Amino acid sequence: MWQWFHKLGSPRWFFDFAGRIMPWLAWGALILLAVGLVWGLVFAPPDYQQGNSYRIIFIHVPVAYLAQSIYVAMAVAGAVGLVWRMKMADTFIAAIAPMGAALTFLALFTGAVWGKPTWGTWWVWDARLTSMLLLLFLYFGVMALRAAIEDREAAARSVAILTLIGVVNIPIIKYSVEWWNTLHQPASIKLSQAPAMPAQMWMPLFIMIIGFHLLVGWLALARMRNEILERERRTRWVQQWIREKAGDTDAL
Amino acid sequence: MPFDSLSAFIAMGGHGPYVWTSYGVSALVIALCILAPRWRLRRIIARERRLMRRREAA
Repeated sequence: MWQWFHKLGSPRWFFDFAGRIMPWLAWGALILLAVGLVWGLVFAPPDYQQGNSYRIIFIHVPVAYLAQSIYVAMAVAGAVGLVWRMKMADTFIAAIAPMGAALTFLALFTGAVWGKPTWGTWWVWDARLTSMLLLLFLYFGVMALRAAIEDREAAARSVAILTLIGVVNIPIIKYSVEWWNTLHQPASIKLSQAPAMPAQMWMPLFIMIIGFHLLVGWLALARMRNEILERERRTRWVQQWIREKAGDTDAL
Repeated sequence: MPFDSLSAFIAMGGHGPYVWTSYGVSALVIALCILAPRWRLRRIIARERRLMRRREAA
C-alpha cells in the first residue's frame, strides 16, 4: 500500500502508467456512452408525467453527480497535498478543476433547459440551483487562484486550502432538496433502495453514469500528463520522451 | 420503440427543442474537453522541439 502510494507520487511512473490505461478508459467511455445515448434517446419509454423532456436526465444526472464527486476528489487531493507535500496532488487539482467547471456548467445548463418545460421557468434562486452555481464559482476560484500566484509551492498551498473550504458546499448541494422547499425533484437513484423508475429508464441512466466516469478518468489522466510534462520539462526523461514523440510526428 | 417515425423522434412530443439543445450543447462541451488536452500536448511538443533545435544550433 505505502509502496503504491510512493509510486503514485512519482511523476515519471505516473506518466507511463496513465499512458497505458488511457486507451482502455477512452474505449470504455466511448462504447458505454454510445450504448447509453441510443438506449436513452431512442428505446427508453417516455415519462408518464414529463413526456420526452425527461430524456435530458441521461446527461443531467451523470454530469451533476460528477460535478460534485470531482470536487470531493479535489478536496481530498488538497488535504493530501497539505499533509504530505505531495506534488502529484497539486497536479491532479490543476488538471481536474477545469473538467469540474465544464461539467458543473453542463449540469446547470441542462437543468435550466429541462426546467423550462417541466417547471415553467429556466431558473429559480432556490437552494439546489444556487448551491450548484456556487460550485461553479468555486471551480473558477480554484482555477483563478492557481493562475494568479507565481510561486508554485505557495499556489499549491493556497489552492489546497480553498478546495477544503469549498467542500462544505457539497453536503449543502446533496441535502438541499430535503432541507428546503425546492422545485428540484429529489434524487432519482439512491444506493440504499431500488430505483423508483422502470428498468428501461434506469438502466441506460446507469450506463451513462459509468460512461461519464470513464470519460472523466480518461481526460483527467490526459490533462495530468500534460501538467507533468510542463513541470518536469527540464528532466532528461521528458526531453527523451519528446524527442521520440517528435520523431513519430515526422514519420507521419 | 416509443417513436413511430424519424419526425416523431425529432419532435420528441413537442419537447424536441429542449432535448436537442441539451444534447447539442453537451456534445459541444464534451468535444472541447476531449480536444483541449490534445491541442495542449501538441503545443508542448512543438515548443520543446523548437527549444531543442535552438540548443543544438548554439
